[in-house]
Amino acid sequence: MPVNPDIQGRSYPATAPYLVGREKVREFARAVLSTSPLNLDPEAARAAGYPDVVAPPTFATVVQDATLQQLLADPDAAIDFTRVVHGDQRFTFTRPIVAGDELTATLTVTSVKSLGGHSLVTAESSIADGTGAHVVTATSTLVVRGEE
Amino acid sequence: MSALEVGDVVAEKTYALTRDSLVRYAGASGDFNPIHYRDDFAQSVGLDGVLAHGMLTMGFAVQPVVEWLGGDSGKVLDYQSKFTRPVPVDAAAGAEVVVVAKVGAIDDDGLRIDLTVTFDGATVLGKAQVRVASPA
Repeated sequence: MPVNPDIQGRSYPATAPYLVGREKVREFARAVLSTSPLNLDPEAARAAGYPDVVAPPTFATVVQDATLQQLLADPDAAIDFTRVVHGDQRFTFTRPIVAGDELTATLTVTSVKSLGGHSLVTAESSIADGTGAHVVTATSTLVVRGEE
Repeated sequence: MSALEVGDVVAEKTYALTRDSLVRYAGASGDFNPIHYRDDFAQSVGLDGVLAHGMLTMGFAVQPVVEWLGGDSGKVLDYQSKFTRPVPVDAAAGAEVVVVAKVGAIDDDGLRIDLTVTFDGATVLGKAQVRVASPA
């Protein structure tokens, strides 16, 4: 079944707040092979002017994930999870994520296209802090493979 | 900074991935798709074996740029990539991924750094671009 083209423009409710933990940031930093003291050491981060350890750029994917789950779980969208391949990814920052941030994310489907029997779904998740200020937008294009 | 020109290589690094790297990334990111740690599952969906998470490759490919920025990942303003080819990670041999970061463009707002990320001589990320504030 093809992806429902009518989901273009649809937004989902903001996710429950995600509290960015210092040890989670450090764990993620080690997993992406970061050597930066700002990602790992609170003192180094503070010396550089940040309130706590700074998350690596792609950490936003962890916060974005809950929004993609909303999209994939929407029966009306008709996206077959088993046929989804991650096509591309982008992060556009107002500021980096730091430990202590309480983040919520709101996904909007910005585009649904058909290409050679596949569907391309582009979803933009806007991530804001506890004051409502924008932190980063994480944008994914999902390629939903058509039936063979 | 003033000496930088388009085409200059600002960083270059080789990463040796193992199955341990994939398990660690699965736990850290919450992406537990078994194609990233179970050969039997990967083979059941037509692959030769386990593949690295695309987001793991995107995650470490920016690190040489962060190191060049003096470790300040907060200077990364925008980072994008296409996932063009998977990185198979052999259980015994692992996988070596090479990252080369070059100046792609220079303007008043900062720099665009273009990443070339290869495994076994082939590019695995497409249009991998990092916008950074001036590193000075």
